Amino acid sequence: MAHWDHGGNKTGDDASPATNLRNARIGMVLFVIYSAFYAGFVLIAAFSPATMAERPWAGINLAIWYGFALLGAAFLVAMVYSWVCRARDGS
Amino acid sequence: MIYTPSALAVTVFGLFVALTLGLSFYFAGRTRSAQGYFAAGGSIPWFVNGVAFAGDYLSAASFLGICGMIASYGYDGFLYSIGYLAGWIVALLVIAEPLKRMGRYTFADALDSRFKSRAIKLSAGISTLAVSVFYLIPQMVGAGALVKPLLGLPHWVGVSMVGAVVMLIVITAGMVSTTYVQFLKGSLLVLFSAVLTVMVLNRGLTTEPTNPGYRPPRATREVSASAIESLTASDLGLANCEVLPAKGPWRDRPYLRTRDDKTGLVTVWRKTPVSDSAVMYYETQTQTTTAEGRELVNGLPHGVGPGETDFFPVGHIERLPEGASHTGPLGPIGFFSTLEQSQIMLWSKDPVKIVDDGATTTVFYPQLTAGSDVLLPGKSPTFQGIRGDDLYAKLNFLSLMLALFGGTASLPHILIRYYTVKDQAAARKSTVVGIASIGFFYLLTLFMGLGAMTSGVIDVSSANNNMAAPLLAKSFGELLFAMISAIAFTTVLGTVSGLIVAASGAVVHDLLTSVAGLKLTDHEKVRAGKWAAGAVGLLAIGLGILFEQMNVSFLVGWAFSVAASANLPSLVMLLFWKGTTRQGITAAILVGMVASLAWILLSGDTFKDVYGLPATSALVPFSQPGIVTIPLGFAVLVVVSLLTREKSAAVQSD
Repeated sequence: MAHWDHGGNKTGDDASPATNLRNARIGMVLFVIYSAFYAGFVLIAAFSPATMAERPWAGINLAIWYGFALLGAAFLVAMVYSWVCRARDGS
Repeated sequence: MIYTPSALAVTVFGLFVALTLGLSFYFAGRTRSAQGYFAAGGSIPWFVNGVAFAGDYLSAASFLGICGMIASYGYDGFLYSIGYLAGWIVALLVIAEPLKRMGRYTFADALDSRFKSRAIKLSAGISTLAVSVFYLIPQMVGAGALVKPLLGLPHWVGVSMVGAVVMLIVITAGMVSTTYVQFLKGSLLVLFSAVLTVMVLNRGLTTEPTNPGYRPPRATREVSASAIESLTASDLGLANCEVLPAKGPWRDRPYLRTRDDKTGLVTVWRKTPVSDSAVMYYETQTQTTTAEGRELVNGLPHGVGPGETDFFPVGHIERLPEGASHTGPLGPIGFFSTLEQSQIMLWSKDPVKIVDDGATTTVFYPQLTAGSDVLLPGKSPTFQGIRGDDLYAKLNFLSLMLALFGGTASLPHILIRYYTVKDQAAARKSTVVGIASIGFFYLLTLFMGLGAMTSGVIDVSSANNNMAAPLLAKSFGELLFAMISAIAFTTVLGTVSGLIVAASGAVVHDLLTSVAGLKLTDHEKVRAGKWAAGAVGLLAIGLGILFEQMNVSFLVGWAFSVAASANLPSLVMLLFWKGTTRQGITAAILVGMVASLAWILLSGDTFKDVYGLPATSALVPFSQPGIVTIPLGFAVLVVVSLLTREKSAAVQSD
């Protein structure tokens, strides 16, 4: 099958299979948490629009708070994942 | 509206293009090998790659389209921001590292790493080309729309200019120059959006915008709802004009027309209920094409010369809380809580054109809207179904949000960026930087969009309000306008370059080398890549001119749906299900791609916007395919894999 191999750029298989597996597991857990949070937003927007109009805090409605929380949570999840994986890489 | 190009804008624009091309020529000398050309030799530092992710991803549709949609309808544009960013979580947590581990140049590489199958290369190569071309069209159309007001050039010139500059960038130095152009554009876009947001907050909210040309629409006195058949000018509190009888096509419409006694100019007013028993009328803006083909705006010839007129810019806050006229500088929280309690004058276009004596008139009318309504999902025609009871409308919304969530991680031009860094850790870190930059930018879209909505800068005649963000910048001065417009143009360059590299990579590596079996030397691969880039560039120019009238965000939605339906099931199942076979992957890509395309072509949106047929005669119940075709892709993959399991194990090396 050598003719499939057109050389050049290297693949980045730089971590051990065990590390890869651990990273994938952590990734999957965080993915499920974030997906549930995102699904909550989409389902409330679709099936209970009145809930989105409620103003839980500072005179601002839930739609805006939830939207900002989703943007913030994406960053938080990315940081947590990166930090946990780095700790693993080092160990 | 007619925009006059300013010398400053042209100069700044020229500087940006020169800088971009300068970067490309600088890197051209360093790029000789295929790995250098297609994957920047895996040498890009993770931080640069992260910002380049933002530069690659934040397309004209993000910047111009989302800000425009928020300026027109409020929160609904922000739904795209949320969905687009959430998609990055799928990319980071599920796709990034395995992809980096398995592939080298293209998305097909990674899919095919286990099987070495010609069929997988072919189907993945075709899906890469299809998604890239769908994504290219709106970028090119956006470029034309941007160049028109900025430089006063026709659409086709704008599209050709972008095409020419991008082909130069890509052909000179491939992925290296593309990356640095994207890095430059990503940094500038986020930085200047932040500057614009700070200026919006610092100006605060006002009921009296001072933007040049802006004026609020005139309003009549309140009158009894039962007396509207026989109104006179004095009943309405209007002087020096007469009310025209509601004849012909005007009879059953919510309009009233007055003719000025001196000038003879006819003004159209829109009826607006004030209470159960009272109504008032607001001045509208009209665009009329006469039987002889002349264009009139508000009753006068359209132009900027003597005796001519143009649309006046609109959009303002009618009432602030506690009757204030200015808020002064506001913090982010104060900005939203004040808007929640304000009344905003939003403008809409009446979908019904009035044909009278051979003249066709389109009416743009103001509507007093509660701020609390604007800050909720479901105000725009795209999403209004979620406020009702129609299940299909809700499914359509869920389907779009699913496609945005799954689409990002399946876009070939984003996926190839994982090959430009040296290892998995760098792939991960650059994704985090990408998420931070992109998330911060999306946060700002809400401030910029709402700022544009309330600053008296809205151009009613612009169908998609794509110029809202640059026009908001203009309300702070010519320099900021010039900078933001030039950045928007560079935005198109960055994204288009990435797409062309992805497409040319697919042609060379997937189709020529792997499927057709051509044996190319490293040097020949680079040369073939450059030819492919030139061909895709020319195709993009042609399609960009052809699709001038198409809605930009609509086309981006196509690209996301096709990417998610064709690519996501194979990517995910290959990583997480050992039973996946090469036949399963090939079938899932082809079925996902064909099903999502077919669904789109048979949908109500396409019937209405493309074929000009009634949306009700569409053959599928809602327009967004994702919720059906993404699970379909997974199902096909599982079924075909199960059916071909043993056979595949025996002939795994094809």
